[in-house]
Amino acid sequence: MALEHADVQRAAHLARLGLNDEDAARYVDDLGRILEMVDMLQALDTEGIAPLAHPLDVTQRLRADEVTESDQRERFQRCAPAVEDGLYLVPRVVE
Amino acid sequence: MHDKTLAELARSLDAGEFSSRELTQHLLGRIDRLDGELNCFITVTFDQALAAADAADKSRAAGKAGPLTGLPLALKDIFCTRDVRTTAGSRMLDNFISPYDATVVEKLATAGTVSLGKTNMDEFAMGSSNENSHYGPVKNPWDLAAVPGGSSGGSAAAVAAGLVPAAIGTDTGGSIRQPAAFCGITGLKPTYGRVSRYGMIAYASSLDQAGPMARTAEDCALLLSAMAGHDLHDSTCVARGVPDYTEELDTPLAGLKIGLPREYFGDGLAPEVEAAMRDAVKAFESLGASVREVSLPHTHYAIPAYYVIAPAEASSNLSRYDGVRFGHRCDSPSDLIDLYKRSRAEGFGDEVKRRILIGTHTLSEGFFDAYYKKAQQVRRLIRQDFLDAFEEVDVLMGPASPTPAFDLGAKKDPVSMYLQDIYTIAINLAGIPGMSVPAGFVGNRPVGLQILGNHFAEARLLNVAHQFQQATDWHRHRPAFAEENA
Repeated sequence: MALEHADVQRAAHLARLGLNDEDAARYVDDLGRILEMVDMLQALDTEGIAPLAHPLDVTQRLRADEVTESDQRERFQRCAPAVEDGLYLVPRVVE
Repeated sequence: MHDKTLAELARSLDAGEFSSRELTQHLLGRIDRLDGELNCFITVTFDQALAAADAADKSRAAGKAGPLTGLPLALKDIFCTRDVRTTAGSRMLDNFISPYDATVVEKLATAGTVSLGKTNMDEFAMGSSNENSHYGPVKNPWDLAAVPGGSSGGSAAAVAAGLVPAAIGTDTGGSIRQPAAFCGITGLKPTYGRVSRYGMIAYASSLDQAGPMARTAEDCALLLSAMAGHDLHDSTCVARGVPDYTEELDTPLAGLKIGLPREYFGDGLAPEVEAAMRDAVKAFESLGASVREVSLPHTHYAIPAYYVIAPAEASSNLSRYDGVRFGHRCDSPSDLIDLYKRSRAEGFGDEVKRRILIGTHTLSEGFFDAYYKKAQQVRRLIRQDFLDAFEEVDVLMGPASPTPAFDLGAKKDPVSMYLQDIYTIAINLAGIPGMSVPAGFVGNRPVGLQILGNHFAEARLLNVAHQFQQATDWHRHRPAFAEENA
């Protein structure tokens, strides 16, 4: 499955990754070669094989739905780029 | 003192030959003098290390020392450390001071270890040479023109150079075993779920696993005993008792059944590496083990499957770096989308962007079944290969890498770099444990023997590796760099 310039720009947008045209051209080439290597998988017959998402056959444990964490907002916001009154600051979203 | 193993250092501390503070000061001095050249550390925590050493000396004086009390180590900079910068080798997290400790960090601190700092790595653990770090490449102490391997390159090189007796790494596709092989040390990737991933910055969550890197299997056993175990903060961490991994080290190997996967001895394997493997196998035979050839028929599909699954998981995991809650933020964003796009474009390096783009593309509408679902089906076949092999044999053995360490700057093409991981990557897909132990040299560059076991067979692997190290002395060789700078 050949990769087009538009595929890379689409993926970049979906991933919210800024990419200028020069970078995109380079990635079309790199990603094309990676996908070419990946395409080897198509040669294998996997009809009827269940996908494996996780290497161990275990079930997820459940726990009681109880509050176990204390409020550490100030501590966690210390590493934020911009906060005010306990809120994260971002550019205006709604005019 | 910088030549000793953890077990030897513990005996010296017990005998009062020196204190943990003296040992820590000695190693901090070496880091100060030698790490300018090697670049193993991103952050050295001088003050915290000395405080921890003093606390360890006190508990030893009070008769409360455990097997790891007062022993220095280093942590790959992928583990969150409270109030200490944690970068994952990325510009994105250059300013990130973690508000909490990873479970592994907490467990090792509780065991009394003394962390000297945070080691260099490929950005977000994506790489096989440590050349993808925002903080620059690490040099291999055996040959300063060679890479140390990756992604836990700083951890491996620091142990090899005698800056620390042990370090903690992570392994998603070989990132403990391959640098351990390239730097002539011993490294263990445990079974998926054996060690908590809480606070370990995520790359590919169904593959990532933390493990010890040290000079000997015995030291890895000491560390794993402290690191492993159930954790409420990681739902994939298995609730299963943790044995004392040192207990079975001395079990004789008579009757051990070793399998050599035919696919691990084929095209692309350097003849000198193959010769070292054959010699290692002979050593095991003389210890009473029997050897037979086995087949892992889907071996060659492991790299293609990995480069769908790992980037897919990475593209999801790395979406958290949005320039809002932590990490790098671009200057004067015009709107929210601009903030996301430019913060991420500036914060991530080339290889990380490649993997985010591949993962996003293969998961996107119209491509999902052909790539992601297919790769997960192949993943089941790969795991089945190992389960079938372990019906016949106790352990598998082969090279950790097809060649010894390559030169810095030698692999510019990403695909040629990926293909280096042919012998390590399937192990993560299958979730089984694997080790690399020193098994010879090509010129001045070390070669690693990889030993693989079934799920949760860590004690057996450590036993096999320990017996090999009783019969050989490859793990005792030290690079000239460490010797000259004694």
